[in-house]
Amino acid sequence: MTRHLKMDEPATNRLLDKLPSRLTGAPMDRPDGPLKVSGTATYAHEWQLDGKVFGVLARAPVSKGKLVRIDKSAIENLPGVLGVFSEERFLRNPAQGMANEAPEQGVSEISYFGQPIALVVAETFEQARHGAHRLELVCEAASDGVFDPEANNIAPEKPEDDQLDQGDLDKAMAEAAYTVDSTYRTPSHNSAAMEPHCAIASWEGDQLTLYASYQMIKFNVNELADSVGIEPEKVRIVSPYVGGGFGSKLGIAPEAVSAAIAAKELGRPVCVTLTRQQVFENVMRRSESRQRLRLAADKDGKLTGLGHECRVSNLPGESFHEPVLQATHFIYGGDNRRLGMEVARLNRMCAGSVRAPGEAIGMQVLENAMDELAHTSGIDPVELRKRNIPDAHPEEGTPYSSRPFAEALDEGAKRFGWNKRNPKPGQQREGEWLIGMGMAAAARVNILMESKARVILKEDGKAIVETDMTDIGTGTYAILTQVCADMLGLEPENIETRLGDSNFPKASGSGGSFGAASSGSSVYLACLDIRAELARRLGCEESELQLDSGQARGGSKSGSLTGLLAGEAIEAEGHIEPGETKEKVKQATYGSYFAEVAVNAVTGETRVRRMLGVFGAGRILNRKTATSQCYGGMTWGIGMALHEAMEFDMRDGHVVNNDLAEYHIPVNLDVPQLDVVLLEERDDWASPIQAKGLGELGLCGAGAAITNAIFNATGVRVYDYPATLDKILDGLPELDMV
Amino acid sequence: MRPFDYHRSENAGDAVKAAAGDGALFIAGGTNLLDLMKLDLMTPSRLVDINRIGLNDVTQTEEGGLSIGALVTNSDCAADARIRKDYEVLSRAILAGASGQLRNKATTGGNLCQRTRCYYFYDPDMACNKRKPGSGCSAIGGANRIHAILGASDECIATYPGDMAVAMSALDAEVVIEGEGGETRTIPVRDFHRLPGDRPDQDNILEPGELITHVTLPAPAKGRHIYRKVRDRASYAFALVSVAAIVEMDAGRIASASLAFGGLAHKPWHDPAIEDLLTGEAPSEALFDKAADILLADAKGQGQNDFKIPLARRTLKAVLREATGERS
Ligand SMILES: Cc1cc2nc3c(=O)[nH]c(=O)nc-3n(C[C@H](O)[C@H](O)[C@H](O)COP(=O)(O)OP(=O)(O)OC[C@H]3O[C@@H](n4cnc5c(N)ncnc54)[C@H](O)[C@@H]3O)c2cc1C
Ligand code: SF4
Repeated sequence: MTRHLKMDEPATNRLLDKLPSRLTGAPMDRPDGPLKVSGTATYAHEWQLDGKVFGVLARAPVSKGKLVRIDKSAIENLPGVLGVFSEERFLRNPAQGMANEAPEQGVSEISYFGQPIALVVAETFEQARHGAHRLELVCEAASDGVFDPEANNIAPEKPEDDQLDQGDLDKAMAEAAYTVDSTYRTPSHNSAAMEPHCAIASWEGDQLTLYASYQMIKFNVNELADSVGIEPEKVRIVSPYVGGGFGSKLGIAPEAVSAAIAAKELGRPVCVTLTRQQVFENVMRRSESRQRLRLAADKDGKLTGLGHECRVSNLPGESFHEPVLQATHFIYGGDNRRLGMEVARLNRMCAGSVRAPGEAIGMQVLENAMDELAHTSGIDPVELRKRNIPDAHPEEGTPYSSRPFAEALDEGAKRFGWNKRNPKPGQQREGEWLIGMGMAAAARVNILMESKARVILKEDGKAIVETDMTDIGTGTYAILTQVCADMLGLEPENIETRLGDSNFPKASGSGGSFGAASSGSSVYLACLDIRAELARRLGCEESELQLDSGQARGGSKSGSLTGLLAGEAIEAEGHIEPGETKEKVKQATYGSYFAEVAVNAVTGETRVRRMLGVFGAGRILNRKTATSQCYGGMTWGIGMALHEAMEFDMRDGHVVNNDLAEYHIPVNLDVPQLDVVLLEERDDWASPIQAKGLGELGLCGAGAAITNAIFNATGVRVYDYPATLDKILDGLPELDMV
Repeated sequence: MRPFDYHRSENAGDAVKAAAGDGALFIAGGTNLLDLMKLDLMTPSRLVDINRIGLNDVTQTEEGGLSIGALVTNSDCAADARIRKDYEVLSRAILAGASGQLRNKATTGGNLCQRTRCYYFYDPDMACNKRKPGSGCSAIGGANRIHAILGASDECIATYPGDMAVAMSALDAEVVIEGEGGETRTIPVRDFHRLPGDRPDQDNILEPGELITHVTLPAPAKGRHIYRKVRDRASYAFALVSVAAIVEMDAGRIASASLAFGGLAHKPWHDPAIEDLLTGEAPSEALFDKAADILLADAKGQGQNDFKIPLARRTLKAVLREATGERS
């Protein structure tokens, strides 16, 4: 049995609000929590396979050039070394999210410093690493490597599908009562997931099994098969637990393909785990950006023009570019618009999806510019944003689906005590500290993806949910269990949710915040089918069926679930597909951030004192895991505002701060009490369960609330992220005044 | 990591004997050495484990000071009641460093010997005179935001990254060192670390195989103890600039001042001219400015770290204000 739904019409039925069991939305603990805290959830590196050996990748020591030869003589006789592998099937870099095919392959052409060129396999990890260090890679360096995205001699590409010229922005700027014209820069970021990337490849005949840490299994199977040169049917990927992804585990990556190639040759399972330094050097980075923002407003602060032009970068040949403009298109009005995208081709590691690609930095900078406009025009920043909420999509004219944007702004302002803020910068002092408040809006596109799940209602009245969906720490195990529990009237203890195995029905995977709503919808649909069958057996209308604690009722009929099952399991597959609702309305998620900071008037050090986020993302499937996602997003926002930056050596494009001692993310002491408010919302256009994506929303503008607060505290506007003390120092009061 | 021999010593005498000869290194907490070995940056042929040689208490000296065994952990040292009371600057400096987990492992001897955090030193494919003499210095003209503004050379612009030694320098502590034959020598902490000059591979004056056995603190110095560390995040980051200060006031004048600086040079920076200037004077902004002038007279930025010059000035002045009680 299969229940298929293409989202062509809004789902106004809202069945989940009518069921006797109302677990969906409740802050249920993760079923996988105890396994994780007791160390018994098996992560990729931990699969114990007989005969497992270890591989370590060796890096290209030049930024651009050719591999001439590999001199193995120094390592051939090292104890434990089993082989050195290097060939044209090796991946240059990970596949982009949903590529569904092999990324750029080959080792003879070197495109960036640190590109994986060879794999040394040995009996132990230490032996393999020793071999990788000793291996001599003879390379010919080219002299025309490009490392600086803003170098004068670069002719950037302009992707056609990411340009907009509407009306006359120059004229709007010239005629405006208030204008902003500012250029901001944001640095590259690494996802910095706690679990380093790891894959264990194991062959049985021509059948390849990969135990690995990936976010999107159905795509990864095809990418791996295409890379290795075998049929997808011959590939199984097992990835039940992922220790953080943040986009860095979307596409198949060098460790998996090299492990598969070596394992085939050696006839033993090969485990390849990246070191932290390799995670920084080989995994996707978020592109740095240069963003020019132009705002033109009338005397009431209403936008008449909006310009957002940016430059990002990537390796030659990569189709992905950081979608910086994504939310700028729809969040605010303004008839005259110019949005432009340029991509510089660099010899630096691949750029790809990292934590809320696009909005994370696009919203951050747009919201800084809005703060500048508020300051110039003297209009309160909250009020300014409310005045610019458009009635219809300012470029496409389409209406919006549910949009609690104004509500999030008002609710946040009220809870935070925004009215106590002095709009004049630099006015509040506590000893050495300058105190300020800032706010920003949150917005993120909403996406629904095709997704399938199987639900088996067993003869004993317990259920199994199976889908190749992943849980990357987000709470998938919890929410799928909750949806199933409500739909079938079961206790969550009686449901086993199985994820992350390509033998299961193909899900959306985790990415773009679409995982929960998409996979949740597929489970919902499968359960609908089971409910239909139960109604049939009970002899009532499907719409009358009530399932509660193992009992079924409908019309005048009732019976126990096990009785209806009569010793036979019911199995159903749910299948959701995006449809016309995505064109009929603009779907997005919204919110607001408020932050209070203290900036040290002597040193320029910034400490966030408190921070609030108010978010609307449709139906919330689990208040606890959803809140945790928002905590995470806001914490990244603190990091993006104050700490995080990949630093590159501009002479060869290699990343210099390649460990977690020098690549700074916020530590406990940097993160104050965070408050998260989730608005009650249903979006019928988004999915049959009225849920939208939430995972990344907590980050989409968060950093701007902090840097806007720094401006309010000090009068210093930071145009070059992150706002480390050296960027603030010059603007601080003379020391004698401190 | 290369294969290496491992020897565990039960006493200091055995340890120095075991470490004699080429390529041996002591391992204490291992929090720095193991990282460097994993990356193939330090390649000892033999590790001499000194974790069981004793030397893990803090004892009273005849001169009224304290003797800290080389194996006393950073956590224990910072928590010692006598150190917290009489050598507050040391306790504060240690607690400003690393993380709780690291401080539980890190030892007094190992902390003194911790190596620079220069990015290029940590990358085996980069030229680095400290790691490979004569290969060049990649930090000059490269990423050098965390590098030295004082006492650097054309060969190396790295900093000594630690906190504990900066406080020890302000306290004028001494390092007790034992050689292969069991003979000992005592060196002021202020002379323990070196400037890079043309031998950046040598961080300090230890000869190969020499063991730090103790750090001796003189009798307690009276006055206010301050350790101020300026860094890129609230915790778990190395100092961009740090100031250790012990200042005693008498009738509105500075009776004595002892100051040392971290994050600025290849060693904890100590300049007696600053102390001479301050002693006997009444605190004032002008005086503090002069102190900063002396400190920074020869300061030279490398581009990305130019900000350390004004930052050091501002931090020193703020510390002096706090220490002299002008502001509380
Ligand atoms: C992420 C991170 C952050 C850190 N942050 C800070 C910080 O903010 N501030 C700070 O001060 N430190 C910081 N540290 C450094 C930490 O304090 C040092 O790693 C630690 O003090 C070293 O002590 P250990 O006992 O582990 O030394 P080991 O790693 O065992 O040894 C270090 C070196 O000292 C030698 N050695 C050890 N004991 C002796 C002895 N008795 N005699 C002679 N030689 C000896 C060893 O041979 C080796 O060369 C940080 C470290 C890390 C990893
Ligand atoms: S500054 Fe010193 S440690 Fe750093 S690269 Fe130069 S020589 Fe090496």
